[in-house]
Amino acid sequence: MTEIGLGHYLSLGAIIFFLGVMGIFLNRKNVIVILMSIELILLAVNINLISFSIFSGDIVGQIFTMLILTVAAAEAAIGLAIIVIYYRNKGSIRVEDIHEMKG
Amino acid sequence: MLVHSVFFYFFSIIAIFSSLMVITSRNTINSVFFLILDFISVGCLFIMVGAEFLGMIILIVYVGAVAVLFLFVVMMLNVAEQKQSWFIGRKSTHIPTGLIVSVLIFLELLVVVGGWKYKDDLMSSSTLVISNVSNTHQLGLVMYTDYILYFQIAGIILLLSMIGAILLTFRERSGVKKQSYLKQISRNPSSSIELKEVKFKSGVKIDD
Repeated sequence: MTEIGLGHYLSLGAIIFFLGVMGIFLNRKNVIVILMSIELILLAVNINLISFSIFSGDIVGQIFTMLILTVAAAEAAIGLAIIVIYYRNKGSIRVEDIHEMKG
Repeated sequence: MLVHSVFFYFFSIIAIFSSLMVITSRNTINSVFFLILDFISVGCLFIMVGAEFLGMIILIVYVGAVAVLFLFVVMMLNVAEQKQSWFIGRKSTHIPTGLIVSVLIFLELLVVVGGWKYKDDLMSSSTLVISNVSNTHQLGLVMYTDYILYFQIAGIILLLSMIGAILLTFRERSGVKKQSYLKQISRNPSSSIELKEVKFKSGVKIDD
């Protein structure tokens, strides 16, 4: 119990990933919360990669984590820009109001 | 080792609590604040486990840039007073599906963790990297030599995302007076100077 191993970090990553997926599905408010849930999911993936990298003594996992950080930042910027222009055109970013593609 | 585990449980409990608050908070601003708290606690975990450079990158890039970007957008779009209405919506048929999917993903991840727990000989904490080179130094030694192509591709991705965000949010405003250098340079005296005969005691109207 007092020895923190790989399993503890993987459990933390699993819990945060679970919360992120649940946030995407259960969200009824606006799209920004969905973007934040995606950020949570990417953070969980980063936790997994870094813990594997540390506990197996290989530095490549941390490099991959940096690439994931880059992609996450790009995704946040593009997603927020899309949200801004959607709000400018439609006046609302509630999830219920976005049903033009009948999805 | 006891201090390590105490700190681990402290930061991970804060991280789990704040990520729960991100998805359940009624106010979007509060969600962004809890997202910042989540990033900070996970960054502290990274620093604690030995990945100091990435912990600092999480603190600088995520808390300093991405979370503040979220905050800006939340403030600009005036969505803060849209309250969270969780299970009250008219067409709330996707909630059981979402619960099933997320619980299944959670169980699968737990199976993976259990698999690692019962295979102690595969990977244990005794294989930690112990060297006198710091984490940042190690990362730099590998990243700028073997993985330079990936590094540059990451830079190109950032550049493209910047161009995309600017192109998406750019709009031509009408009714705003702008300076046009071409017009300024290419005018000549014959089109801009006009000689008028001014009558005595009557003046001249300019704004015609």
